[in-house]
Amino acid sequence: MTEKNRIRMMSFSLIFGFFLMWEVLCVLLNVSDLVLPRPSEIMVTLWVKFPILLPHILQTLYSTLTGFVLGVAIGVALGVIVGTSKVAYAVAYPLLVGFSSIPKVAVVPIFVLWFGSGTTPAILTAMVICVFPIVVNIATGLAATEPDLEDVLKTLGASKSEILWNVGLPRTMPYFFAALKVAITLSFVGAVLSETVASNRGIGNVMMTASSNFQVSLVFAGLIILALLGVALYALFSVLERRVTGWATRGNDFSIT
Amino acid sequence: MNIAAPLPPTQSPPEAPRTVRARNALELQNASVVFGSGDMAVTALAPTNLKLPDGDFLALVGPSGCGKSTILRLVSNLIKPSDGVVLVGGREASAKQLRIGMAFQNPTMLPWLTIEQNVMMPLKIVQPFKARFRAERKGEFRDRVHQLLGQVGLSDFAGHYPWQLSGGMLQRSNLCRALIHEPDLLLLDEPFGALDQFTREELWQILQDLYLERKPTVLLVTHDLREAGFLANRICVMSARPGRIISDETVNIPQPRDIDMIYSPEFVEMTQGLRELIAQVRK
Repeated sequence: MTEKNRIRMMSFSLIFGFFLMWEVLCVLLNVSDLVLPRPSEIMVTLWVKFPILLPHILQTLYSTLTGFVLGVAIGVALGVIVGTSKVAYAVAYPLLVGFSSIPKVAVVPIFVLWFGSGTTPAILTAMVICVFPIVVNIATGLAATEPDLEDVLKTLGASKSEILWNVGLPRTMPYFFAALKVAITLSFVGAVLSETVASNRGIGNVMMTASSNFQVSLVFAGLIILALLGVALYALFSVLERRVTGWATRGNDFSIT
Repeated sequence: MNIAAPLPPTQSPPEAPRTVRARNALELQNASVVFGSGDMAVTALAPTNLKLPDGDFLALVGPSGCGKSTILRLVSNLIKPSDGVVLVGGREASAKQLRIGMAFQNPTMLPWLTIEQNVMMPLKIVQPFKARFRAERKGEFRDRVHQLLGQVGLSDFAGHYPWQLSGGMLQRSNLCRALIHEPDLLLLDEPFGALDQFTREELWQILQDLYLERKPTVLLVTHDLREAGFLANRICVMSARPGRIISDETVNIPQPRDIDMIYSPEFVEMTQGLRELIAQVRK
C-alpha cells in the first residue's frame, strides 16, 4: 500500500508541478493574457463563471453520454455479429476499417445538414466516433476466444447463445473495457466538436464564443472542464474494469488472503 | 489375482465379471474420420467398430497421433464422422441421448470464474439441472459442488480463481466439473498427463472411488499403460495412424484396486505385454 500511495503522491506532484511551472513561466516571460492566461487566472474565471457554465457542462455531458451509450449498444451488437461468424468477420472487416478511418470531423456537416444544429448532431457525432473501437474490440475478442474453452460447453450440449453468454462475452470483457476507455474520451471529442460547429449550447459552443470575444481565460476554463470530465469518466470505467476483469490482470485485490 | 493375458487380440466381447446390461452406452459402427480433402486428406481414424456396454470402464491406449482423441471428439459430438455411425445411448451422437461429462488434457477452467462457479457450470447448461439452476444455485447445487470438491480435497479452494491453483488442483477441479452433473458417459482425454507420479496415483484412486460410487460408463484415453491397467475394466490398443483398434482385452482384477498392485508381477507382465504391442505398431 505504501508503494501505491507513493506513486499516487508522485502523480499528484507531477500535475501540481505542471501548473506551477506554467504559472511561473507566464510571470517570468511576461506572457500576455490574450495568448496564454496563467492557471490562477483560469481558476478564478472558472470559479466566477461556474454558475453560467453549469448548464453548458450538463449539456455537453448529456450529449456525450447519450451518444456514448447508443454507440456502445450499436458497437456491441455489431461486434457480436461480426465476431461470432468467421464469414461475417472476413466479409465485414474491410468495410469497418474503411468507415473507421474516415475523420469524424467530416461527418458533422452531414449531421447538421440532416438534423439541423443543436443537440442531435452532437449526440450522433459522439455515437459514430465511439462505435468502431467497440466493434473492432468485441469482434477481435470473440474471434480470439480459445476453442478449448468453447469445447467445454459444446460437450455439455450448450447452444450457440449459451456459449456466447458463458464463454465468448466474459472472455471479451478485457477487450471491451479497453475499448470503453478509448470510446468515452472519443465521445467527448465528438460532442464538443459538433458543439463548436453547430450549436448554441454546450462547452464547445462556450469556448467558440469566448474565443471570438477574446475571453481567453474562459476558453482555457472550458479546456480544464473537459479534461476533468474526461478524467472522471475514464476513472469510473477503470474502477468498473478492475471489478469485472480482475481475473485478466490479476490485480492485488484478487490475491490469496 | 487373475489377470488376462494381453495377447493375442480377440474379436469376441469381453467376459468381464460385471452386470450385463442390454444397452450399449456407446457404439461406433465403421466410423472413420478424414480431415481435409483430395491430396491433402489425412485419415485420422480408419473405419472403427467399438461397443461399450453401460457401466464399463474402457481405456484406449496407443501411439501418439493414432486417433484416440478423435474417438473422444466423435463421441462428444465435437466432430462428425466422415463415414459410418456413432451411436451414443442408442442414438446419433448429436441427439444428446446421454448426459456426457468430459475432462480434457488441459484443465480449461474458465479464468473469470471461481473454482466453485467453474464446477457448477454443467448444472447451468445440462437438463434437468438447468431448469432449477437459478433457484438452486445458492442452495442444493452449491452443497453438491462443495461435497464433490471435498471428495477430491479442494474444500478450501472453492472461492479461489483457477490461476491461484496448482496443476494438480486444477485437474481435480476438472474431474469435478466432468462429474458434477452425474453423467452417464464420462470421457477423459489424458486428464493426468501433465502431473507428477505421486499426484497422478492419488488422482487415480480418487477417480476409481468416484467411478465405483456412481458407475458411469467411462472412456479413458491415455498414454500411461499403468493408468489404463489400474483404472479400466477393458483396454483397447490402437495402431499408429490411420488408427484402428488392434487389441481388445479385459482386465480381470476385482475393484477396488490397491495402488501397490501396480508393482505386482502379474500387473507388470500385463503392462509389458501392452507395451510390446504398441512398440510393434509404432513402426
